[in-house]
Parts: sequence; C-alpha cells; structure tokens
Amino acid sequence: MKVLNVIATAYRATLEEQDDTVLWLTHAMKGAGAELDVLLRANAVNYAVKAQDIGRLAFGERVQKQGPRLAEDVAGLIAKEVDVYIVTEDLADRGLAADALIDGLKEVSRADMATLFDDYDHIWHW
Amino acid sequence: MADKKTLTFALMDAPFETARTTTALRLIDIAARRGYDINVFAYEGAVFVPFALQKQHSNPVHGHPEVEEEDHPLPREWVSALIDEVMKNGGKIDWVNCGLCVDERGAGESIEGVRRGAPGDFWAMATASDNTLVIATK
Repeated sequence: MKVLNVIATAYRATLEEQDDTVLWLTHAMKGAGAELDVLLRANAVNYAVKAQDIGRLAFGERVQKQGPRLAEDVAGLIAKEVDVYIVTEDLADRGLAADALIDGLKEVSRADMATLFDDYDHIWHW
Repeated sequence: MADKKTLTFALMDAPFETARTTTALRLIDIAARRGYDINVFAYEGAVFVPFALQKQHSNPVHGHPEVEEEDHPLPREWVSALIDEVMKNGGKIDWVNCGLCVDERGAGESIEGVRRGAPGDFWAMATASDNTLVIATK
C-alpha cells in the first residue's frame, strides 16, 4: 500500500513538539516499513525554506535548548527515499524562489495534483 | 456479514475544542451500528478523547445548578458507548492512543478498551483496512 501524506496546516505546535507532528509521524511510520510520500502545500511549503531560524525561546529562566528544525526534517525524509512534492503555485504565492529551498524537492503544479494522487492507494490530508 | 468492512480512523483534535471530534465519533457510530471492524489511532490531543478523569459539571448559565440537570457531554462516555455498540453488533474495535502523545500530556488514565501504541500500529491498521480516514487538527 502506498500513501501520500498531504501537509497543508503549518507550524501546528511546532515549538511545543520540536517538530511538525505529521513530518514526525511520517519519519516514524517509514521506520516501521510504511510506503509513504509527502506533499507540502499551502503554508506548509515554508517547511522547505533553508533559512528558518526560530531564534531563542525562553520563559523567565527556562531556556528551551532544542527547537524544531523543519527543513532538516524534510531533508531527512528525502534522504530516506521519501518523495517530497511541493506545490509550485503555493511557493510563488509566498515569493519563495528555488534557491531558498532545500535540495531534492519535486515541484508539482496544482493542475497536476490529481494525476499525482492517482499514483497512490490512499491520500491522507493533514 | 458478507460486506463487512474494516475502517481505520486517525483522530488528532483534543476534546471540547472543535466539532471535528464529534463528527468523527458520529462516523464511527455508523460503522459500529453496521457491525464493521474499527480501528482508531488517536494522535496528539485526541489521546484525551477517552481520558478517564473527564468530569461533568453544573452550569448555572444554562439554569442548571446541579450536575445531573446539565448532563454535560463527556467524550470518554461516548467512546465507551461506541465500544459497547461495536461489540453488540458483532464488530471489533481497536482504539490505540499514541504513547508519546500520552506521555507529554500526562494523559495516561484512559477508559477500559483503550491501549497504548505507536505510529507502526497506525500503519498496520491502515494496511489491514478497506479504507482509512484522517481527521487532522487544522
């Protein structure tokens, strides 16, 4: 069975979770033998931006030492041979050029998404 | 049942926050009444849906100063009733709470019939099902 995880909602408690929970789930399920790919769309296309920096997070004396590294998490999926698609128009809408993004992404236009979906048994929209 | 199905649901929302939780439980109820086998993978805030310590409260704003009058909904009771409904109609239900999600929330006290699991359980459920529906937090 082949599944495409479509991630649209971005930065969903990423500071509290130290990651995007669906990227994390994809990593974990891939480790359990799942056949999964990922499509980043809407605001989640920003996960591919290399220059993300959450800065320093502190509340009073409590300093959070580890934060999310979303672009690295996406790159890690690509390294595990997960195909990561990203919607061309969603990048353009946000002024994100190719040189701002990590390597190895596969761009797909909105018009071609339905054809892409045909390659999968299930589409899970997160 | 010749057309018996196995369905998997992935839930993500915490209870008392959005209508998606109620909608998901309504869908599960339909499947339960048909005697289908049902899997639920509760991820992130959804691990609190079957949380055993949920308590009813009164509501003076509603003109119900007593707990019994208000009869406040408790998702844990809905889940318990769904488990009973599945069993009554000859189906099976496997409700798995994501273990790490439970730990980070201190949500370890669940009602009877809920077990702790991991993402690999979700994949196993999905591969053994006729279909899988993800109802994610937006």
